[in-house]
Amino acid sequence: MSALARHTVVLAGRGLTKARRNPGVFLDAIFLPVVFLLMFVYLFGGAVAGSTRDYLQYVFPGVLVMTAILAGLTSTGLSINLDIKKGVFDRFRSLPIPRSAPLLGTVLGDVVRYVVAVATLFALGLALGFRPSGGLASTLAAAGLAIVFGFALSWVNVLIGVVVKEETLVTSVAFLGIFPLAFGTDMVAPADTLPGWLQAWADVNPVSQAMDAASGLMLGGPVRDAVLATLGWSAGLLAVFVPLAVRAYRRRA
Amino acid sequence: MTDAIRTEGLVKRFGDTTALAGVDLGAAPGTVLGVLGPNGAGKTTAVRILATLVRPDAGRALVDGLDVTRDGDAVRRRIGLTGQYASVDEDLTGRENLVLFGRLLDLRRADARQRADDLLARFELTEAGGRRVSTYSGGMRRRLDLAASMVARPRVVFLDEPTTGLDPGKREDVWRMIRSMTADGGTVLLTTQYLEEADALADEISVLDHGRVIAHGTPTELKRIVGGQTLAVRPADPARVPDAAALLERVAGRSPDLAGGLLTVAVDGDGVLAEVVPALAAAGIAVTELALRLPSLDEVFFTLTGRTEVAA
Repeated sequence: MSALARHTVVLAGRGLTKARRNPGVFLDAIFLPVVFLLMFVYLFGGAVAGSTRDYLQYVFPGVLVMTAILAGLTSTGLSINLDIKKGVFDRFRSLPIPRSAPLLGTVLGDVVRYVVAVATLFALGLALGFRPSGGLASTLAAAGLAIVFGFALSWVNVLIGVVVKEETLVTSVAFLGIFPLAFGTDMVAPADTLPGWLQAWADVNPVSQAMDAASGLMLGGPVRDAVLATLGWSAGLLAVFVPLAVRAYRRRA
Repeated sequence: MTDAIRTEGLVKRFGDTTALAGVDLGAAPGTVLGVLGPNGAGKTTAVRILATLVRPDAGRALVDGLDVTRDGDAVRRRIGLTGQYASVDEDLTGRENLVLFGRLLDLRRADARQRADDLLARFELTEAGGRRVSTYSGGMRRRLDLAASMVARPRVVFLDEPTTGLDPGKREDVWRMIRSMTADGGTVLLTTQYLEEADALADEISVLDHGRVIAHGTPTELKRIVGGQTLAVRPADPARVPDAAALLERVAGRSPDLAGGLLTVAVDGDGVLAEVVPALAAAGIAVTELALRLPSLDEVFFTLTGRTEVAA
């Protein structure tokens, strides 16, 4: 194993130990999707779909994608920002390890958050009556795709976390970003009910593609284009933001 | 012999501020170099350059003969760093921190654990090793910090103000442990704001002010420049002050100053104390305070620079 991979894994283990010590850090990853799912289904379900049961089928794939995005946007950038301010960052940088290993280790360790958040959402969805008709393999594929997309998008936040001084800015950007991204889609209501300008945004919003892909995989329907588009966007985000974040991190003094 | 630590004409600017304006430092292997100066003198910047955390704008910095900008990786294999603020992970236990650093230094898991246990014992943290660092006292944290910088068995250790903010009692513990760090031939660069600390630990001292070295020498040489030590005596009974003053004048050969019931007089050596104590007892003068004081950092700076203001 290369030095980078070896040290990244060791530092990811550090992240997992920290998370185990402070299970509170998972609260927002669990709490937000649960609140959104309950709110959508019981507040809007009757109005939009006529029944909460039908609406749950409709809204669940979108909430799945939003959950994965939230899990990434609310954590990694922030924990990296806090790490840099503490002395331990200096110690890592004075060790004979690749300079990017602490960054990659933190990001890798945070993957557990996506798993926890997505598993919680599925448990609640299934308990409320969500029934994926696409089969187990496709459903797992939808969960995996949502996590890949959320992970790719989280690198935007990682870059912000590395660059800015104020940690509050990291969370503000994350929460400002989530609204146009997650809600500028057909997640809560069919696209043809949206006003024209919002429809135009929803059409180009990559999150729409990810939600369509998750929906197609879990409930049946055409998926190929949406899955490819989501993977393409994920690859593009990673290709741009991983090098930028790593470079900024290595240069941060 | 190659110096373990050497800087030549080190310059570093941050925007309009010049942190280092051409600093030359040197430490022979196995010695402790004290870098003494007030806040903002450039001590931390010099340490950060030597530890490869910051690049200098001009000049050279060498560790074990290796250039810190060109051979950063090789330098990082040889050094240990303890920053001004605890550079350990507060959410982990003391032991987990040391094991983590051992693993990052490519020790095998069992070796990393063994090393962690050895260091916990050496820095008197065995009992606290299983507790989270966030529960540690200031002194325990500093000791863990020192232990963490020793995991790699470094040839050169940088300690940036290792006792700032500690109670005087705790300071002695940390000093004892710093002394043990050079026992196996390691070299230590220590920054401090306390002349007393530099005197207690350093073989040689460089005094830093506004990014320049304004004096260098052994503690004895520096103390000679500044005028040695001061004996302070406070008689318990204010009525006996004149008697005590006469006694001090006889022993020290200079007439003492009196301020608020405290008599102070400059003395030339430690031997004075051995004369004064029995003389006071023989004269029946009870004292509430009796101390041999080093010149304060303020006095050092006043003597060296002629300025009275010293930051912090």
